[in-house]
Amino acid sequence: MNAALQTFFETLINGLAVGSLYALVALGYTMVYGILKFINFAHSDIVVLGAWIAFVLARSLGYATPDAAAPWYAGLLILLVAMTACGAIGYAVERLAYKPLRGAPRLNVLITAIGVSLFLQNTGQLSFLFGASPQRMPSLLPDTPLLTVFGARVSLVDVVGAGTAVLLMVGLEYLIFHTKLGRAMRAVSYNTSVASLMGVNVNAVISFTFVVGSALAAAAGFLYSMKYVGIKQPADAGWVMLGLKAFVAAVVGGIGNIRGAMIGGVMIGLLEFFGAAYVSTQYRDVYVFALLILVLLFRPAGLFGRATVEKV
Amino acid sequence: MTMLLLEDLNVHYGAIHALRGVSVSVEQGRVVTLIGANGAGKSTILRAVSGMIRPSGGRIMFEGKSLSGQPPHQILRLGLAHVPEGRGIFANLTVDENLELGAYQRSDPEGVRRDREKVYELFPRVKERLKQAAGTLSGGEQQMLAIGRALLARPRLLLLDEPSLGLAPQLVQTIFRIIREINAQGTTILLVEQNANMALAVAHHAYVLEVGAIRMHGPAADLAKSDEVRKAYLGHG
Ligand SMILES: Nc1ncnc2c1ncn2[C@@H]1O[C@H](COP(=O)(O)OP(=O)(O)OP(=O)(O)O)[C@@H](O)[C@H]1O
Ligand SMILES: [Mg+2]
Repeated sequence: MNAALQTFFETLINGLAVGSLYALVALGYTMVYGILKFINFAHSDIVVLGAWIAFVLARSLGYATPDAAAPWYAGLLILLVAMTACGAIGYAVERLAYKPLRGAPRLNVLITAIGVSLFLQNTGQLSFLFGASPQRMPSLLPDTPLLTVFGARVSLVDVVGAGTAVLLMVGLEYLIFHTKLGRAMRAVSYNTSVASLMGVNVNAVISFTFVVGSALAAAAGFLYSMKYVGIKQPADAGWVMLGLKAFVAAVVGGIGNIRGAMIGGVMIGLLEFFGAAYVSTQYRDVYVFALLILVLLFRPAGLFGRATVEKV
Repeated sequence: MTMLLLEDLNVHYGAIHALRGVSVSVEQGRVVTLIGANGAGKSTILRAVSGMIRPSGGRIMFEGKSLSGQPPHQILRLGLAHVPEGRGIFANLTVDENLELGAYQRSDPEGVRRDREKVYELFPRVKERLKQAAGTLSGGEQQMLAIGRALLARPRLLLLDEPSLGLAPQLVQTIFRIIREINAQGTTILLVEQNANMALAVAHHAYVLEVGAIRMHGPAADLAKSDEVRKAYLGHG
């Protein structure tokens, strides 16, 4: 009985911790899709860049050795710098690669996104940047169990990781649904040309969307590499899976739907971990993609779809 | 005084030559209407003026300033608001949020509040539905919201694209009464309509557009009497 409860809570905690990171990444996919109607394939590479920037920073601050004690604010500082740097990279990518294609057929933009993705992956491996050899993220937090729920240990890393993700999402939710800028973002997403007639500077809103999405991606990359400390090259299977699952989360939640992406991320995390714990570990990725197929078959607009009521 | 002046305006959509040398002038304080059949290019004229599309030739002057190459959000700032074809309501936002967007560029909350009261006076139905998703409004209510929202930008010139389209006859009357009222309060109006009867009744001056070119123009009352217009647009054989 006790062992059963312990497994259940361990699975729940892991699922929530990873799911909240999927959600952070899914938000970037969904926000860009909501406004420009294309899948930004380079988004997952921004996640990886976030992890690498965080790693380089941690190393240059002297926390690279596994047991160097980092003060509590070191992680926060690294998080903020990585988010800012990736925000700037996201801005540059949009400005240089996507903006010249405004009004071009969507396929052109999609292919460009794949090109940007390859460019970021390969540039990152240059030896004077991050190099091609795998690294380990230093553990900036002591690996202490915080509390025990029915025998399941809740570790500090999980709480800080999921807590940061949730805080960021609460902030984003506030921005989008309770500020003037967020209202403009929703208007641009619903109808770009009418939003411009309201006086919204559409290009500025698009830039801002990329900055925010990329900053969230950086946070996810950093937090993910704290939990699963090996940070590998951008094309490594672990990162590819993170990007893919986040994308699935965005589609399951209804691509373009902000709250859908958050819920979708957590759902995918839970599905993956519960499937692994109760059915079979081998198929942990299969559950996720099976859900994607089911959703696409039965609710192509996603579980929480987009409200598109139009009256004549 | 001429408020808006279009000279030899040309617009292409790819290979389609939608406007072929259109010249229109709108005097301050007037209601000017553009009538014409489906596909004549009426909406295209409004889209070119508000900056939604870029003309391939010609000039657009507003209060003596050229609008060429300016994006829509800057043209709005000059005092020119456009209620687009199909109303352009943000269906997933509330009525209140739609109105907020109308005043997006304004930084005088006091003035916006007063202008909102005026909008509520014109459209009491809108006030009753502030918290509702705009997509749940009826077609007539959406049109009222679209016009009210544009007024919150405090335009000196209001472009209206087929405000009566798809509305019940009684609502059509209401909309035209309100157009008169807005004009009486000092806003110049450029009105695109397929309902030529009503449009000629409220307008001071009218232009008839045929396949991308101005066929004729003159005082609205004169056009309403012309045989050609009566035959082609007013349903009198
Ligand atoms: N985005 C577009 N791409 C290609 N052609 C277009 C586009 N928009 C309009 N056209 C064409 O340009 C011409 C003028 O269109 P416009 O919408 O201005 O007509 P309209 O007079 O407003 O018609 P309606 O009364 O049906 O609204 C039409 O032949 C139309 O097919
Ligand atoms: Mg039209």
